[in-house]
Amino acid sequence: MRRPSIFLREGIPTAIRPDGTLDRTHAPDISTERKRELYVAMLRTRVIDGRLERLQRQGRIGFHIGSLGEEASILGSAMAMGAQDWIFPCYREFGALLSRGFPLQSYVDNMFANANDIVKGRQMPDHYTSRAHRFGSVSSPIGTQISQAVGFAWAAKLKRDPITVAVYFGDGATSSHDFHTGLNFAGVYGAPVLFLCRNNQWAISLPSNEQTASQNFAEKASSYGVAAKRCDGNDVLATYHTITEALGYIQREKKPMMIEMLTYRMGGHSTSDDPRAYRVDDEVDRWAKTDPLVRMRRHLEHLGGWNETDESEAKQAVEQELSQCIERAEAAPPPELDTMFDDVYQTRPPHLQQQASQLIHGPRAVDPHLR
Amino acid sequence: MLEEMRLDENIVLMGEEVGYYQGAYKVTQGLLEEFGSDRVVDTPIAEAGFAGIGIGAAMVGLRPIIEFMTWNFSFVAFDQIVQNAAKLYQMSAGQLQVPIVFRGPNGAAKQVSSQHSHAVEAFYTHVPGLWVCAPATPRDAKGLLKAAIRDNNPVIFLEGETLYGIKGEVPEVEEDEIIPIGKAAVAREGTDATIVTWGSPYYTSLAAAERLAGAGIECEIIDMRSLRPLDMETVLQSVRKTNRCVVVHEHWPYAGPGAEIVDGIQRDAMDHLDAPILRVTGQDVPMPYATNLEENVLPTEARVEEAVKQVCYRQ
Repeated sequence: MRRPSIFLREGIPTAIRPDGTLDRTHAPDISTERKRELYVAMLRTRVIDGRLERLQRQGRIGFHIGSLGEEASILGSAMAMGAQDWIFPCYREFGALLSRGFPLQSYVDNMFANANDIVKGRQMPDHYTSRAHRFGSVSSPIGTQISQAVGFAWAAKLKRDPITVAVYFGDGATSSHDFHTGLNFAGVYGAPVLFLCRNNQWAISLPSNEQTASQNFAEKASSYGVAAKRCDGNDVLATYHTITEALGYIQREKKPMMIEMLTYRMGGHSTSDDPRAYRVDDEVDRWAKTDPLVRMRRHLEHLGGWNETDESEAKQAVEQELSQCIERAEAAPPPELDTMFDDVYQTRPPHLQQQASQLIHGPRAVDPHLR
Repeated sequence: MLEEMRLDENIVLMGEEVGYYQGAYKVTQGLLEEFGSDRVVDTPIAEAGFAGIGIGAAMVGLRPIIEFMTWNFSFVAFDQIVQNAAKLYQMSAGQLQVPIVFRGPNGAAKQVSSQHSHAVEAFYTHVPGLWVCAPATPRDAKGLLKAAIRDNNPVIFLEGETLYGIKGEVPEVEEDEIIPIGKAAVAREGTDATIVTWGSPYYTSLAAAERLAGAGIECEIIDMRSLRPLDMETVLQSVRKTNRCVVVHEHWPYAGPGAEIVDGIQRDAMDHLDAPILRVTGQDVPMPYATNLEENVLPTEARVEEAVKQVCYRQ
């Protein structure tokens, strides 16, 4: 069994105290209504996670990569971003996409790879893209989105488009060459990039202390001339506050910044992983005590902005909406075969026209057993 | 590049030594001076890095030209090119377009041995989503590069490293000549055998054809110019006329566009063939350094000549 040495927590500010009161120096100045939105977004993400994992176990979807325990780092950062800003995701940030107004139905259609799927059944579940929501493509190879986000931000700066580009990656990706080149180029070009390191302490089965000999992940940024901070990624208000300040720094100084959000992956890496094979339960139990939803709920209750009825109604609303989406997604037809030849090139070249014709009018046209 | 960059301010050039140093092969001479460092960008040494930067920039609407100092160094950027540039348009179902040109010198130069001598076309032609160009003449290099820059798909542009010194007529700016991607050229007309080739071995083939003419064999030479898509129609027309074919290329013999061309001919012109199709390729070994070894790894005039005679049963 392995155990990550929990990286030093000193100097990591927390906004929500254990009793639910607030340390205002590390908390954003936002309304109770906005705080409820943050909490509901986290709750929604968690309910969806649970349901999708069950669907995968039932064999109704092939795969899901969830964010159990990491909701505060994902929603606290994504919801602090401006509507004009772009997000380049890692693969665990479906909550961020939904928080931008991406319809739940479209997300579920992607899980089922049906004819309505925004990426037309071409990608694994949880590999979505939505240009309309300023949300880049999920890429399975670790880290490639980092240098792309830097290029995107650099080009936007050349075009005098005053946006910030946020790019998510895990602690494991800090070992990738794209992390190195991404931070290096961003430092050299002064690209307006917010590097969001979601340190959930596990890269599948590799604990963070075997990922790096650095004291923490944020300190890596300084060698590229990139400013960095760490925040309590299980405290949605501390995260929101840190990100808001980082966005101000990036636009004011015309420089990139990196935030290491310290959190914990309470579930498996994905539905293909069972973490009981490599880590001990008491570690998970200990982190469950810092569960971001529990902490934020305590704060809202302290404010008088949340109660048991709110909780059960909110959960029920998501479950109901989700059930309808799943029903529709399962009833939808699969993508048309012919569409597999679309978008390989901007226009379908002759050799693909020929292959499409052979596929559609070939053996499957006369053999009823072929779909 | 100069002409296109004057026409479209979204075109940017990135790579090692492309700016102040004006290119390791002086290909980018004068560009920094005219367009400034926002558009002619000297990058840190990290091919994977600036390939990724270029892909990201293309999503915003820039049209980056990424120069690899040589294609040999593109392998560290393979993930960005193959897993990202080539697939993003398809994976995002048309939401993210990547109009980008990756270009640089390809193939053996002289005595730069195994890590600097790759003819990379077999790697990149394998990938759907990419176009691959490999011009041989200055005129084609100009017209095809213009086409590549204006194309909205990612293009791999292979410039034969030994061809930078070749001189030839190129059309004036006003003519704005575009050589379409995927169109081969009949570079020499002949009746007895077809030689299909591209890039540096084009010149080897031309020289061999002249020698063969002295022996009474008239070769038709097809310069493919583009390797994805392949203009098989032009190849087939020629083979149906000559009934014999030799494919000459620098890349290793195992798989690749050379083998793909042979497959297309056997499938669509079987009944026209009077002899098996032969290939003259780089030897199936990493490129050695010693001059005599290197010269004999590459396709030589003698080997082309012998192969043509063989398909003509003239030995």
